[in-house]
Amino acid sequence: MTVLLEARHVTRTYGGGLLDRDSTVALEDFSLAIDSDRPSVTAIVGESGSGKTTLARLLLGLVAPTSGQVLYQGRDLHDLSGTERRAFRRDIQAIFQDPYGVYNPFYRVDHVLTTPVAKFRLARTKAAARGLIEDALRAVGLRPEEILGRYPHQLSGGQRQRVMVARALLLRPHLIVADEPVSMVDASLRATILGSLRQLNQERGISIIYITHDLATAYQVADNIIVLYRASVAEAGDVELVVKAPNHPYTQLLIASIPQVSLERNWLSEPAAGHQEGQGVGGCKFVSRCPVAMAVCQQSKPPLFRTELRRVVACHQYASGGSQPEAMASVFASE
Amino acid sequence: MNDAVLRVEGLRVLYDHPVGEVRAVDDVSFSLRPHERFGLAGESGSGKSTMALAILRLIRPPGRIDGGDVWLDDTRLSSLSDDAMRKLRLAGIALVPQGSMNALNPVLRIRAQIADALGDHGTLLSRRETDAHVRDLLGHVGLPPDVADMYPHELSGGMKQRACIAIAICLRPKVIIADEPTSALDVVVQRQVMATLARVQEELGAAVVLVGHDMGLMAQFVDRLGVMYAGRLVEVAPIGEIITSPKHPYTQMLIASLPSLERKGMMQGIPGLAPLLRDLPPGCAFHPRCPLAVARCRAERPELRAVAAGAQAACHLA
Repeated sequence: MTVLLEARHVTRTYGGGLLDRDSTVALEDFSLAIDSDRPSVTAIVGESGSGKTTLARLLLGLVAPTSGQVLYQGRDLHDLSGTERRAFRRDIQAIFQDPYGVYNPFYRVDHVLTTPVAKFRLARTKAAARGLIEDALRAVGLRPEEILGRYPHQLSGGQRQRVMVARALLLRPHLIVADEPVSMVDASLRATILGSLRQLNQERGISIIYITHDLATAYQVADNIIVLYRASVAEAGDVELVVKAPNHPYTQLLIASIPQVSLERNWLSEPAAGHQEGQGVGGCKFVSRCPVAMAVCQQSKPPLFRTELRRVVACHQYASGGSQPEAMASVFASE
Repeated sequence: MNDAVLRVEGLRVLYDHPVGEVRAVDDVSFSLRPHERFGLAGESGSGKSTMALAILRLIRPPGRIDGGDVWLDDTRLSSLSDDAMRKLRLAGIALVPQGSMNALNPVLRIRAQIADALGDHGTLLSRRETDAHVRDLLGHVGLPPDVADMYPHELSGGMKQRACIAIAICLRPKVIIADEPTSALDVVVQRQVMATLARVQEELGAAVVLVGHDMGLMAQFVDRLGVMYAGRLVEVAPIGEIITSPKHPYTQMLIASLPSLERKGMMQGIPGLAPLLRDLPPGCAFHPRCPLAVARCRAERPELRAVAAGAQAACHLA
């Protein structure tokens, strides 16, 4: 297996300089490897403040880890040479949350598509560039004649977000990191955008890291899932296992909290878990809200235990499985 | 329907626009029984938030209410003076606006904000009475009494939203209009806030209009649902009916567009785009996106009519 992008024990903290003793841990001891031979869709799910956007920024090299390493083809992002950095910038593409903020309102939409073509010298002639751009737009289900030549305000949010997917696609990347790509788009359009991401994975062999707060869409598009809770991995593994039979009490709470379109109306009556107060210093971060907390949960932070071939859980209930500190990468690697 | 606590009859809202008038809400009628939870669902731009504001006569220029009536019990809201309408807001109909966590005044403690609402509506209370009342209200929404002495930035999103509910219920309104009250909250907190709203509503005996786009939330919370499309109601029915047998193709597609946690590959988008309100297609506004559209749909606009017991739909094929 060749590893395309890898996070190795990455921790990122904010604040905590000389004068400020309280630093905030945004992501703690996170490891993940994306295989370049077997394209996959990995969902990273968490509530606000769980560290999911920090993770996206770390993987894209937009922030540096406080400790640990992010490696592109085995080389630390920090040590990449100019040429390698260029290759990295082309190979790993990003799609962000806000399809309004990424456009300059004074430029036509074409600008975000022609710039990468020129920058990375993807085409020799104008006609070839136009051809590339039109192919990319068609690949995400847009009609080029309806998009090119327009200004951003003339397109809907869904169209704008799909143009961003087309832009990423132009560069023929191996990995797309999509940070909440549909949270600002109407429900009726979400399916279409997520569908085009899934299609890029299946038809063009592009791996996707899909970062979201929405477990239901994660389930729909992903093969693997990582559930973050306050900067740490709570549970990770095969999406069918994690969503259908969650092991971690937090994952269980998260799934029970999603209002379902069903005639069973028990969503409001079930007791919701307690307040978010209490830090669980030294112990499990979820201990103050956990319905099955034990004494050990107050004292020691649970490592990732492997409960199945393709699942790890950070919860002391599953301690008999034995600790597997490097388990995350291997969980996704094994079929 | 004389037992209705709130009746909306043929409400229309226009926005003046350089290219002409834009009809954001067009001939919308529904009524709300006491204790009932009614949902208004639709995509962005469907007019659902404008509806919420229009009920309270809060539409500002370039928008204006162009026709129709809103009745609260026997009071016709359009007949009230501005001052009387101002008194009726909060006391009769309370609004929990969209993103209302940001509606709290950042430089006032929660106590002062609740006292402000009470004082503004002529409830004269001594300091001690106010304190007791505030403590009582915070207790109702599940907040500890010391929240009264806190500023909004000291509260989490869920706590701020509950503080807003406390303000909304401080004068025991008959109707609470909640416009996407939990759209900025995480799912776990959303469930807690909605459970709080449901409990408070039952204690008060108030009716609730929940405006939103999340059909899952609607399915779990409301008794009856109205679906809006391009400024018009296209379907109104008890929530169970809507889930099991939606009559309007738009409602069917709205439900099918939801990601399921049960089965993969069930999620389908609605093709095409919501129409521009200033340039609506002739006939049924949904026909360009409708897989079932026939010639009649392109020519003649379907009116909302009864299609089953308690269920109405605006579709020629329903």
